[in-house]
Amino acid sequence: MDLNTIWFILIAVLYTGYFVLEGFDFGVGILLPFLSKTDVERRAIINTIGPHWDGNEVWLLTAGGATFAAFPQWYATMFSGFYLPLFLLLVALILRGVAFEFRSKDPNPRWRSLWDWCIFAGSLVPALLLGVAFANLAQGVPIDSNMEYTGGFFNLLNPYAILAGVTTIIVFTLHGAIFLIMKTTGNLLEKAQMTARRLWIPVVVLLLALLVGTYLSTDILDKLGVDPGIVPIAGFAAILATGYFLRKHLYGWSFTMTCISIAGSIITLFMILFPRVMISSLNPNWSLTIYSASSSDYTLRVMTIVAVIFVPVVLAYQLWSYWVFRKRIQAKPETLTY
Amino acid sequence: MDPTLLARLQFAITTVYHFFFVPLTLGLAVLVALMETWYVRTGQEDYKRMSKFWGKLFLINFAIGVVTGIVQEFQFGMNWSDYSRYVGDIFGAPLAIEALLAFFLESTFLGVWIFGWDKLPKKVHLLAIWLVALGANISAVWILIANSWMQQPVGYAIIDGRAQMTSFSSVLFNPNIFYQFPHVLSSGLVTGSFFVLGISAYHLLHKSEVDLFKRSFQLAAVTGVIFSALLGINGHAQAQHMVQTQPMKMAAAEALWESQDPASFSLFTIGDMKNRRDVFAIRIPRLLSLLAYNQLSGEVKGINNLQAEYEAKYGPGDYVPPAIIPYWTFRIMVGAGTLMFILALLALYLLWREKLERFPWALKSLTLALLLPYMANTSGWLLTEVGRYPWVVFGLMKIEDGVSPRVTAGMLWTSLIGYVLVYGMLIAATVYLLMKFAKTGPSSTDDQNLAEEQPSDSLPSLVR
Repeated sequence: MDLNTIWFILIAVLYTGYFVLEGFDFGVGILLPFLSKTDVERRAIINTIGPHWDGNEVWLLTAGGATFAAFPQWYATMFSGFYLPLFLLLVALILRGVAFEFRSKDPNPRWRSLWDWCIFAGSLVPALLLGVAFANLAQGVPIDSNMEYTGGFFNLLNPYAILAGVTTIIVFTLHGAIFLIMKTTGNLLEKAQMTARRLWIPVVVLLLALLVGTYLSTDILDKLGVDPGIVPIAGFAAILATGYFLRKHLYGWSFTMTCISIAGSIITLFMILFPRVMISSLNPNWSLTIYSASSSDYTLRVMTIVAVIFVPVVLAYQLWSYWVFRKRIQAKPETLTY
Repeated sequence: MDPTLLARLQFAITTVYHFFFVPLTLGLAVLVALMETWYVRTGQEDYKRMSKFWGKLFLINFAIGVVTGIVQEFQFGMNWSDYSRYVGDIFGAPLAIEALLAFFLESTFLGVWIFGWDKLPKKVHLLAIWLVALGANISAVWILIANSWMQQPVGYAIIDGRAQMTSFSSVLFNPNIFYQFPHVLSSGLVTGSFFVLGISAYHLLHKSEVDLFKRSFQLAAVTGVIFSALLGINGHAQAQHMVQTQPMKMAAAEALWESQDPASFSLFTIGDMKNRRDVFAIRIPRLLSLLAYNQLSGEVKGINNLQAEYEAKYGPGDYVPPAIIPYWTFRIMVGAGTLMFILALLALYLLWREKLERFPWALKSLTLALLLPYMANTSGWLLTEVGRYPWVVFGLMKIEDGVSPRVTAGMLWTSLIGYVLVYGMLIAATVYLLMKFAKTGPSSTDDQNLAEEQPSDSLPSLVR
């Protein structure tokens, strides 16, 4: 396997990790206004993701940085091409990030409500935009012979992409609800359980629709064949299993299943892409590939050494931080960190 | 408006804004870590209160520094795609390494630090804040390695019209980084020190929590003296390096039109940029040579000579930065830096002689001096970036060749206005919170008061 392929896989892993991890904290952010009646409950919900959301977001930053380092042409084409969605994503992430820190720093209900809105919208909008962006990656976008994106903003808002965006929102919400079931107690726990049970059927329907849409809108048939292989099947089977485990009250398993389902979907996307990184809808020869978009062999080698040394270290201490905060959060003022 | 100008304006605004908060993050992280170290070593609750109070201010500032940093990472691809294509082979690597080595470290352990006070052994909790401080400063190393390459490209070859890395160690050990990083590191600690000094002076003046703020004052006065002295020393070294590698930046910062030997230092110049001549100038003979070479003679190249030299080397074009910006930012930076060194010495002296209470004007000046590091940081950054004009990568790529060819003025306006609005709102919120907590003092972060802070349960719900 050459270095270009290794880096394609590594970037796929980073985006997969990002969707699985930030997926649940986006879901928790989306559920925030729906599940909480009191300020204490809201704080309890926020505290379930409080120690983790920032570390989760770094997966996106690292994926972006790795794309720049390993495939600068991909980085340049995608980031300048998806300009307005990325701008909206940045604004949403900015407001969400400060909201977590700012909301409890002033007791005024209006102040808190303002930042709670930012957490809600800052979780919903990125979920939508990420779904839209990745669907466009899968089905291809107008790219000319100079690797420049020639479409506009509304090119990106096609039915398949919007379906993917909505699906991402609902899947993340379910993912977040199950996370809350594992991290809360009492009233919040019950509400999270009810939410997860109600969301399961819409999630299955949407994912089925997305699967059909993917067969219609992308070249998955040419790439993966009629039998697409273990990854997409496992991804879909996992979402069916989620329903089973929810009914059996086995929430650790349910969460594992939503993780597998999200990971399966993202990996499938990268399998459709490979060895391309940006598909041109104008001319297949104009697609960017892991070879035409990549850095030099020398840079890839340097970056591989860095990644081999530090990725395991990062994974180890991030896992440790989840272990430190493994306990459930109680919606009692005296136990909450503000 | 020309897209290049809009992209530059956007980069300037978002970068200056980001760097408005970053130095405090770099420095205050270290100071809070020192405070908590004393808590762990002595077991005195006072030091815990101190760490929590300054930690709260740190967190407010940290949040905004982090979120504005995301824009920086994406902006190269969004607005400067041709730049990204040209330099990606070299420039992308330190950015990716920064995320992997620094962002994960600071974000993960900050989460541990905020939520781990009662969940972790004291020493592990202390380790967390030290790792945050380490992560923040490692982040500065890598982004400055990337920036140093733009100031002084090394370890590359131009292959197929793109810069390719030929030596990672040359990029890593770029001579420029040895001047730039110590300067930024010290500026962070000076910013942190003056932040703590300023707020402590305010409370000492109002005689609230005198004990706690005197200890904070003491720590900050010591670090303030040490690092403002270092700041001056490594700033001087950096300027000498600049004379060697980017003489035009120095010529512009000194409004030196023609080469001089020995060269004079401009005390005050009103220049005529169009005709490149002085309208009015007071210059100190030989001082610029002294600054540049540590001796009373030595040629410092002038703007006109360098323009001619560059035209011969790089072809026709304008190679002169808008001198008014480097000229004044250089003076503001050095002036603010010198003033900070004097004030830090004064603070330490008054503390040592136990005369602080007798000189309220000194405490008042120290409170006002809170603005000085911000002036120095912002102007220093503008000097280093504007002074590189017209290059985005010195000698290799001009600014106008780096912009995204397909991004329109309309898109740039949209994002520019969007950022300005959001950033404007955020700075208002940040300043409001910082002032509120800084004025209230540590009672606002004591454990028992956190529970009281909670409002009634009858909140307006977002969604009914």
